[in-house]
Amino acid sequence: MDGTLRTVRLRAAVPVLPLSAFILVTFIAPLATMLVRSVYDPLVAGAMPETLFLLSEWDGKSTPREAVFEAAVRELLEARQARNLGRIVTRINRVQPGMRSVVMKSVRKLRGISGSDSWRDTLIDMDPAWGEVQTWRAIRRTGERFTMRHYLHALDLDRGPGGGIVRQTPERRIYIPLLGRTLAVSLSITALCLLFGYPVAYLIANASPRWANLLLLLVLVPFWTSLLVRTTSWIVLLQTRGVINDALVALGLIAEENRIAMIYNMTGTVVAMTHVLLPFMVLPLYSVMRAIPPLYMNAAATLGASFPRAFWRVYWPQTQPGVFAGSLLVFILAIGYYITPELVGGRSGQLISNMIAYHMQQSLNWGLAGALSGILLACVFVIYLIYDRVVGIERMKLG
Amino acid sequence: MLSIFLLIWSQPLTSAESLTVVSWGGSYARACTKAYHEPFTAKSGIKIRLEDYNGGLAQIRAQVETGNIHWDVVDLEIADAVLACDEGLLEFIEADDLPAGPDGTPATQDFPPDTLTECSVGTNFYSTIYAYNRENFSGGEPATIEDFFDMKKFPGRRGMRRTPQVNLEFALMADGVPLDQVYATLSTAEGVDRAFRKLDTIKEHIVWWTAGAQPPQMLADGEVVMSTAYNGRIFNAQVLENQPFTVVWDGQVLDKGQLAIVYGTPRLKEARRFLAFAARSESMARLGRYISYSPVRRSGSALITTHMETGVDMKPHMPTTPENMTRALHNDWEWWSDHVDEMNERFSAWMAR
Repeated sequence: MDGTLRTVRLRAAVPVLPLSAFILVTFIAPLATMLVRSVYDPLVAGAMPETLFLLSEWDGKSTPREAVFEAAVRELLEARQARNLGRIVTRINRVQPGMRSVVMKSVRKLRGISGSDSWRDTLIDMDPAWGEVQTWRAIRRTGERFTMRHYLHALDLDRGPGGGIVRQTPERRIYIPLLGRTLAVSLSITALCLLFGYPVAYLIANASPRWANLLLLLVLVPFWTSLLVRTTSWIVLLQTRGVINDALVALGLIAEENRIAMIYNMTGTVVAMTHVLLPFMVLPLYSVMRAIPPLYMNAAATLGASFPRAFWRVYWPQTQPGVFAGSLLVFILAIGYYITPELVGGRSGQLISNMIAYHMQQSLNWGLAGALSGILLACVFVIYLIYDRVVGIERMKLG
Repeated sequence: MLSIFLLIWSQPLTSAESLTVVSWGGSYARACTKAYHEPFTAKSGIKIRLEDYNGGLAQIRAQVETGNIHWDVVDLEIADAVLACDEGLLEFIEADDLPAGPDGTPATQDFPPDTLTECSVGTNFYSTIYAYNRENFSGGEPATIEDFFDMKKFPGRRGMRRTPQVNLEFALMADGVPLDQVYATLSTAEGVDRAFRKLDTIKEHIVWWTAGAQPPQMLADGEVVMSTAYNGRIFNAQVLENQPFTVVWDGQVLDKGQLAIVYGTPRLKEARRFLAFAARSESMARLGRYISYSPVRRSGSALITTHMETGVDMKPHMPTTPENMTRALHNDWEWWSDHVDEMNERFSAWMAR
């Protein structure tokens, strides 16, 4: 009996196998890789084991002893042989800017030297930076196999000279303000989508079938249109010499030199993203509203309720599952959005995802990109939990 | 991650008889095609597939790490070329393979210092200058880098590239820092603050650009009254589209375009042949007949003539012509490779405020 049941269960699981495999390969695995990268970096630890071992016994207050220099010279030259040096130096340079050229130049010179009585003097001769304590602290920190430095960095924190955690100076704080802005913008966009989407969904749900189909098509056609086309058409409309500004000037409402900046700033980001995300609000709302029998409203009217009262007491509560679903969907999509702000956000309309993309594609600091993604993921998770606590996730209805 | 996934997906289409060369698009890529891609194909029978990119090393790194290489030769900024070389993403250059100059100077002596690096060959000097649209100025016209930052004398929006590179240098030069002190000043915390304070004075009036083709467009549309730009792009708008633009050479920042071969390409032999061809003084001079970028090789400078399509004398438009060099800063790629991450974060924080 037990065996048969298991067979039945296994057989039932077969159809979802392709999907599970697909999600594992394209979603779980990359996500896990990035999260691991944000705390685990074995490169320097693997390439300079002896230097790091000797540094672990160093007091961190004076220039290290000769043995450390000797090991560092040997392991840096070996790393160059293995074509690894650049990646090691990039990491050291991130902790201590300026170290890239110091190490690269020194290694280039070292290749011409066969031996030395004191590698310590040789290196300090090449560049006084080798005599400084912070250089070796930087190497020791980059050598941590498991590290919190990407998370500290992503939270605008840093290790102070004494090793304690300190905040970055105000002009270097970037990620926390950006995260706050991302959350605020996502909330505003969700609110706007609800404000615009609710009446539309109501209209579609209550129109005659012919009209409903037409209206639904009007919602769906932009939904099917390429994201890039939709975003660039906003550029055409909103730019300084765009359709709207031209019209306002032609009507004499604003002067030629007072054209309004509506794009390449936060306004552009909010307008374009609200438009792009609107269908994700309308569709769940519509599917919930369609299931509400018009009889309820009629009954309320028959019993003497005015329309606003009937709406508020009878209709609105029944649409709540759709409101919750649409809001959560729009909010979570907005929080990770990056193409639209990239194109129309300009200087002030950039969001946290743009920084993640920057660190993935430009600075190649995948550890930091991973940490930023991890923090963003944690934010979504916390919001989900609050949401579940406040409204209950089982009350959500996606369609 | 996604790009790696897509790479595995899209198998390379190139065969041994064709090379994929990646460049910066627009009028520059067009000039390279005319100047040495087409002649190379005519001579060797090897076809060139041209791809565009906007700089950065992410794609090269993804290709090398997955071993699925479909870019063979890449046109790089020098700081990226050195960085990529250090990271093992590029093949070493064999200097002996490079042809001697037409006057017989061996290649190693014909290239000025720093243009021939371990993994890359310089082909042209280009410059970031600022240019303005004459239609927007009736009285005096801007002439110095100080004027770019002078909102009182020359009101109106400015275009600038959305990077800290070059902008910090412009700011310090305009703030009175002598040429030879610019990078020394930037190496101090006060110097960086000073550069950002200078940028603060025009911050509200800046329109940011990212691709080299944007500034001529923005100037023509009247979106900005002046803009920093690559000199060659402005030149093309001047001679091919008859735009009323003027280049201000004062305070120009000189850079060099480098060619390099992606590490591990299966078409290494063909790529080396192409590089040797592109590194001839004649190829560089020929590039200078399509766009105003001057040859890096000393023997190439003598070969500068006229614009191929309009017959305009190229000398006054070249960044290295002595009259244009009265206040010219050489971009210090080594300083930038040390500080690029730090400056980018500082710049992003500044932008967001």
